[in-house]
Amino acid sequence: MIGSFFAGLGAIGAGFRTTFSYFFKKKPTIAYPTIKKQHAPRFHGLHELRRYADGKERCIGCELCQIACPANAITVIGAENEPDDRRSPGERYAARYEIDELRCIFCGLCEEACPTDAIVLTPRFEMADYRRGSFVYAKERLLVPPEAGVGTAPDERPGGIPGDLGAVIRRKSTVDVQEGYGATWRGDILKDQRKGLAG
Amino acid sequence: MSAIDSVPLWIVVAVKSGLLLFVVITTFAYAMLFERKIMAWMQLRPGPNRVGPWGMMQPAADAAKMMFKEDLTPKTADPLIYRLAPFISLVTAFGVYAVIPFSESSGGLWSIGDVNAGILFVFALTSIGVYGISLAGWASGSKFPLLGGIRATAQMISYELSMTMSVVGVLILAGTTSLAGIVHAQNRLWFFIPQIVGFAIYLITAVAETNRAPFDLVEAETELVGGFHTEYSGLRFGLFFIAEYMNMITVSCIGTLLFLGGWNAPFGLVMIPGIVWFLIKVAFFMFVYIWLRTTLPRFRYDRLMAFGWKVLLPVATLNLMLTAAVIALAPQ
Repeated sequence: MIGSFFAGLGAIGAGFRTTFSYFFKKKPTIAYPTIKKQHAPRFHGLHELRRYADGKERCIGCELCQIACPANAITVIGAENEPDDRRSPGERYAARYEIDELRCIFCGLCEEACPTDAIVLTPRFEMADYRRGSFVYAKERLLVPPEAGVGTAPDERPGGIPGDLGAVIRRKSTVDVQEGYGATWRGDILKDQRKGLAG
Repeated sequence: MSAIDSVPLWIVVAVKSGLLLFVVITTFAYAMLFERKIMAWMQLRPGPNRVGPWGMMQPAADAAKMMFKEDLTPKTADPLIYRLAPFISLVTAFGVYAVIPFSESSGGLWSIGDVNAGILFVFALTSIGVYGISLAGWASGSKFPLLGGIRATAQMISYELSMTMSVVGVLILAGTTSLAGIVHAQNRLWFFIPQIVGFAIYLITAVAETNRAPFDLVEAETELVGGFHTEYSGLRFGLFFIAEYMNMITVSCIGTLLFLGGWNAPFGLVMIPGIVWFLIKVAFFMFVYIWLRTTLPRFRYDRLMAFGWKVLLPVATLNLMLTAAVIALAPQ
């Protein structure tokens, strides 16, 4: 009985030692809104529709992403290009291109299915909004704005080719997203218009 | 004759009480932040850090929130007692500070009243405090608070016995029941050395008396929702909250006075004023409290009672008898 008493006391002591040592440990918390974690180069976030250097849309309206999508989040309706107003270099372009980000599971299969590397997943993940309807991203919100360049393919992003997740995390939190790292988000430009819609 | 003697007594007491009330409320507010911070750090979290630098304004934000919450009274509650209960808890928690001496004072400067039966006054008041909790549980008119209230009654009775027993050892050593007198008796040797068993029992029972983890059976969120304060909301809940922390600080103060030599400086470091030593020792007690809460899981109820009656009470009694025998037989 005396033995078990001291064993119990030792166990309690070990518990106290553990909590006390944790008191001095470095806390892993990242103060999120002020400090943002650097994500892996191929982090699967919000989609983006890229352009060619001449400003033409990469998407040719083939609908392969819609077929590949396991969550049925993508709707593409293709149309023939007008000869005097070519939207894409191919025969067809996407007349409508919508992604329901609430259905999307961010698996990246659309990215893999795309024959022209038009649809890519960017590291942008802050998509919170007030209405369900605003999560259905129309083509205008997905497409890179013409003044913002062509968009970045995942393997062009700084941090190199993935597989080196540790190195990226070790580069750790930065307030400024590195050059070329952040997605160009059409939403920023359309924000004022959406506010107008919300009334 | 100091200047304080020429002022009428009632003015001195009123000013001291007002000042002490302010200090004690502020201490409560920051004790709460202190606890949340320490618990957070022990759980690898940063703790409150949004309101003000290092979350220093968090208590103010919490108080403002409490004040604007709706004050609910259940239909089945006994309205008068339901409303009265938080005040019983609070008033007894505050009343104790009237007799606590915070530092060495020949003219009674550092205490409101130096009662010669100070320790008895403290125990009398803290015993009334349990009425606040059990009445709150009973008057709420629903099952979880009632269970909490019953638990409070049983637990308080069981642990108060052992607590008083552990303190009597100190009283025998000091030969007085005045709190200042007990501290003076510890000029050479702090009582936690000759009364190490009594000190351990006091530490344990003090946690149980204030209903803090691991003895927080009275509120036991996992089984009783919130225990005795389940039905309370808004400011009335806040009053219970204040009372709980006040009691925590009280037992820390009493523990400091009885066992850790009060304002006596250790290692002859007399250049640091006594009040600082007192506060350091109280802070140490508070830290141990919080440390306990983060480390130990809650007791099972039957084990709590068994521990109180079958372990603490016999050990406390034995300690008391041993102390009495040593004092009686020792050549003085």
